[in-house]
Amino acid sequence: MHAFAERFSTNGAAAELRRAKEILGEDDDVSDVMWGSSGGFGSLVNGVPKFAVPSVPDPTSFLRMHTDDHADPSCRIKIKHGTTTLAFRFKGGVIVAVDSRATAGSYVASGTVKKVIEINPYLLGTMAGGAADCQYWETYLGIQCRLHELRNRERISVAAASKYLSNLVYSYKGMGLSMGTMICGWDKTGPAIFYVDSDGTRLKGDLFSVGSGSTFAYGVLDQGYRWDLTDEEAQELGRRSIYAAGHRDAFSGNTINLYHVKEDGWKFIGNYDISEMHYNGPGGADGYGYDVRVQGRTSANPPPEAAAAQA
Amino acid sequence: MSIMQYNGGSVIAMVGKDCVAIASDLRLGSQAMGISSHFEKIFPMTDRVYVGLPGLATDVTTLHHQFRYRLNMYTIKEEREIEPETFAHLVSSTLYEKRFGPYFIEPVIAGLQKTASGDFKPYIAATDLIGCLNFAKDFVVAGTASDKLFGVAEGLWEPDLEPEDLFETIAQTLLNAVDRDAYSGWGAVVYVLTKDKVIKRELKGRMD
Repeated sequence: MHAFAERFSTNGAAAELRRAKEILGEDDDVSDVMWGSSGGFGSLVNGVPKFAVPSVPDPTSFLRMHTDDHADPSCRIKIKHGTTTLAFRFKGGVIVAVDSRATAGSYVASGTVKKVIEINPYLLGTMAGGAADCQYWETYLGIQCRLHELRNRERISVAAASKYLSNLVYSYKGMGLSMGTMICGWDKTGPAIFYVDSDGTRLKGDLFSVGSGSTFAYGVLDQGYRWDLTDEEAQELGRRSIYAAGHRDAFSGNTINLYHVKEDGWKFIGNYDISEMHYNGPGGADGYGYDVRVQGRTSANPPPEAAAAQA
Repeated sequence: MSIMQYNGGSVIAMVGKDCVAIASDLRLGSQAMGISSHFEKIFPMTDRVYVGLPGLATDVTTLHHQFRYRLNMYTIKEEREIEPETFAHLVSSTLYEKRFGPYFIEPVIAGLQKTASGDFKPYIAATDLIGCLNFAKDFVVAGTASDKLFGVAEGLWEPDLEPEDLFETIAQTLLNAVDRDAYSGWGAVVYVLTKDKVIKRELKGRMD
């Protein structure tokens, strides 16, 4: 389109960007050229949304005294914790699997939490730590990713998106943000996973698990992981790993949400009840549970009828 | 975290019409990690007296043995079986002996008490960890899911339930309460005591 006409047109990328700017109140002293520069994301020229902080000389140390921080578990403001999330890269893309339990202390506050945040059709974020922090900032990341698309006429890379998030949370370091997330997606470079947490850590890798049940998930994941897994094998590995964590870890459980990211974006595979997986398994024939699997196989685990006859 | 929540587990007892029921979960954990799904916390003391011992697992075993020993001594000396009410006082005084270094257990007692006329009257009681007795006409609860058990039981329990209805009530109360507690669950067991038989049923529960 003609450059002059484009400035006044009501459709097309430039117009949508103009509207987005109006809504977000973004001012014009950052030109589009800056965003398109080789510097890319990460400069945060515009800063981030402003939040009111406690009006004391050192808000960071004040907040550290009162909010949930793993440096001080006995603090006043408690945020919901306890989770198992995992993501791994393989031949066929990325598998993302999470549980759905939210606990507050020992109370199971919810069993139907969506811990996978759909940032856009090519990007997924996982949720561990503070639910609100993850939900808000990953949604905010989605907005910034869309603006990147409009400015640069191409999709943001997973590396850039995750770096945007890590720089953002780093600017709030010490103020009580709590998130451990995996930004997963498919870009020009293929499938990619970045682990980002509220300490400011950002790691690229093939396989991550985050949360209180992560050790249990790693156990299953590590023994079953290969690069050349088929799609079905990979999905089963993700599901089986979250089951293991949901079973053993008191703060994980209820249901599994499974996603598969391929070249044409992510796809939701399904929601699976963990107890159902224990007794019957995904196909309804073979349960994952140890007693369920080995019942009747040895004299130490006789079938119920034989055990009853013995007693 | 409190030592009372270290291993997790919960017990509930309910009164019915000429019957009582006592039920518990089967989890044994080490803080957040589940270790066993076959850890029984309810023990028969006589044919008509059952005791549930939720709390620290090491004290579950110790107290079970302690009660069995004291009960045997009582039975030998008295040459008769103990009544539930007497047993409750035995539990209470055993716990108070350790007033300044208690066992981390909150026992629940359920039984059928012999009356003067020769028939049986339902009896349930619970104590705190240093032996303060609490008698109730409806139900008693203890363990990590006690607050959740109270909530569900208040909603489901009604007076004069027949044994089968009492079973259904206590089973549903327990199963639904422990699903809201991170430290309880992993299967359940229910005992229903009537004047001529005891029914034990193991329940499938959520395994997460």
